[in-house]
Amino acid sequence: MIELLVNLISGCLLATGSIFVLIGAFGLVRLPDFYTRLHAAGITDTLGAELILIGLMFQAGFSLVTVKLILISLFIFFTSPTATHAVANAARVMGLKPMLVPDKDLDNTEEA
Amino acid sequence: MFIGATAALLIAMALVLYRAFAGPTLFDRVLSANSFGTKIVLLIGLLGFLTDRPEFLDIALLYALVNFIGTIAILKFFRYRNMGLSSEEIASREDEG
Repeated sequence: MIELLVNLISGCLLATGSIFVLIGAFGLVRLPDFYTRLHAAGITDTLGAELILIGLMFQAGFSLVTVKLILISLFIFFTSPTATHAVANAARVMGLKPMLVPDKDLDNTEEA
Repeated sequence: MFIGATAALLIAMALVLYRAFAGPTLFDRVLSANSFGTKIVLLIGLLGFLTDRPEFLDIALLYALVNFIGTIAILKFFRYRNMGLSSEEIASREDEG
């Protein structure tokens, strides 16, 4: 009974995570310019990865494997948004213009 | 269950690779590489469970570390064309340029 419940929860989490990862990858291909693609690759990816890792934690039970999974998910939780921010900041500083935003609306300060 | 998640990840990785090859700017490629790395971490974890060898998670943990450092290193290289600058040198270079 408990085992069935655990399998059900982890299956749901894995399925939702997979769907989020797929949506993120699809957005990365379909969205029109770099700054919109950031949303697909950054936000959706982090959520999908966390959901999949939590789903795996339910399968592992209480063991060393769960500790490793927690470490991986913590690390991804902090570094994935940081890396996305670093890419966005580098693109902005190096002068990549967002599509659809007219030049007069961009603030031309150095540290954007 | 694991097989479904693995298949979804493989499809997502193919799509991300397409963007990495087609991406018009450098940043699209860096973003794709970073996203691909995250997906590889998940894939290694899932494969470990699929083949009943959870020791694979050690490799996944290491890959997550290397992936983040790699992204930051690539960005720093393309900004300064040099990996060995100290923060003072970077500051003086920004004053000049």
